[in-house]
Amino acid sequence: MDFFDITFLTQEVIPHLNDGILDSLALIIPAILIGGSFGILMGIVRVFAKKPLKIIADGFVAVIRGVPLTIQLMILYFGLPYIRIYLSPYTAALLAFIFCTGAYQSEYIRGALLSIKQGQIKAGQALGMTKSQIIWSIIVPQAIRRAIPGCGNEIIYLIKYSSLAYIVTHIELTGEAKIIASRTFRPTEVYLVAGCYYLFLITIATWLLSKLEQKLSIPGFSKANS
Amino acid sequence: MTNENNIKNALLSAQNISVTLGNRLILNDVSISVGAGDLKVLIGPSGAGKSTFLQCINQLIPTDSGSIYLEGERINMANNASLCHLRQNVGMIFQDFNLFDHLTAVENISLALRKVRNLSKEDANDRARKELNRVGLANRAGLYPAQLSGGQKQRVAIARALAMDPKVLLLDEPTSALDPELVGEVLAVINDLAAHGMPMIMATHQMDFVRSLATEVLFMESGSIIEQDKPHVLLASTSKSRTLDFCSKLNNLRQVAEHSPEITCTANSNT
Repeated sequence: MDFFDITFLTQEVIPHLNDGILDSLALIIPAILIGGSFGILMGIVRVFAKKPLKIIADGFVAVIRGVPLTIQLMILYFGLPYIRIYLSPYTAALLAFIFCTGAYQSEYIRGALLSIKQGQIKAGQALGMTKSQIIWSIIVPQAIRRAIPGCGNEIIYLIKYSSLAYIVTHIELTGEAKIIASRTFRPTEVYLVAGCYYLFLITIATWLLSKLEQKLSIPGFSKANS
Repeated sequence: MTNENNIKNALLSAQNISVTLGNRLILNDVSISVGAGDLKVLIGPSGAGKSTFLQCINQLIPTDSGSIYLEGERINMANNASLCHLRQNVGMIFQDFNLFDHLTAVENISLALRKVRNLSKEDANDRARKELNRVGLANRAGLYPAQLSGGQKQRVAIARALAMDPKVLLLDEPTSALDPELVGEVLAVINDLAAHGMPMIMATHQMDFVRSLATEVLFMESGSIIEQDKPHVLLASTSKSRTLDFCSKLNNLRQVAEHSPEITCTANSNT
């Protein structure tokens, strides 16, 4: 039995991990899109909303950021059935990831919203714009551009912590790797290949994020152009 | 009685405005009115409250007491719609321009036309281009604020305010953040507005401009208006006014700079 036996890789590892990566993407992509929008909304609420709403949002973020993701997954999948809420492994994992990434994204967005100069708001007010017009047409478009590097970082984290889904029995990339590894007793090769799959995903994500950053770039908003 | 008439006849009037911040009295019972063709100028040392006063007039800074009247109608400051109505009719130019950094020159102007005036995108852009043309920047429409010089930014800001058809314009030291060689292009635009009778309240230290165009000068110090008269009275060489004293110091400074080459050189190397 050779180390890095090509037939073992092509016949056993790669086909299973290819299935696994699709399951991972089915979690990651909706989590990025829904979690990202949720994070933007939460960030806006935490900066601009009235007291009661703000307290609820702050509390939510404090809980999500304060409890390990593994425990949140366990509560959603193994805990909720005790109060007669039954989630499929996929739904439980997706919900946990949306909450988690939303909470972290909201912090990046909040920071970016607070970094917008008071003068921008005053200029909008002086033209007779309403508070919500100022938030949506002036502050948010500027803040999102400032938040992209941080939000991109969170997306890369999300791709990696999606590997926790296997603990609620949703078999994705890491889950498949674990199964092959314990069946064949060849963990080194299997996990090395699985690691390469994640590296590949993250390389693609990094490239897409830098494309997005370029597309949204405006003179005066990034070093390269100013 | 005269006060009431003042308010009724004025386009815009701020009466008995006071503002405190913490324990400090920033504005102490100050009033101003502008009518058709008026150009009122606020002068005074920094920290006198000129900027705060201007921003109280369109309620960007809330006041502790006092009232604002637009065309004789008292503005209900607790009502957002009423505040938006006031601000639509009162244009404001800021010392540091405050252009929207993420929008081009033309979009800076068309944004409020679309959102506040509900114009279609095309109509708003047409109007925005006309205003840019008026301040001599038709060929800069597609540039972002970071690509414009200070003087060009301020002219875009003026175009943005004018596009809303304001009845009165408030200008908060519109040329003091500019390099000396850029002051002229902005003053030329303001001169042109004054020539067309646009009512304005302006904080400025451009004394030549004040002498030739102001209809009234208000000298502020420590949150109060301490002198208020026509410029030729306050600035007459025989006058013993605080205003003249202050302005002669400004002039002395300028002369020192002009007559001693070392100072001018250091000033240039810094820019």
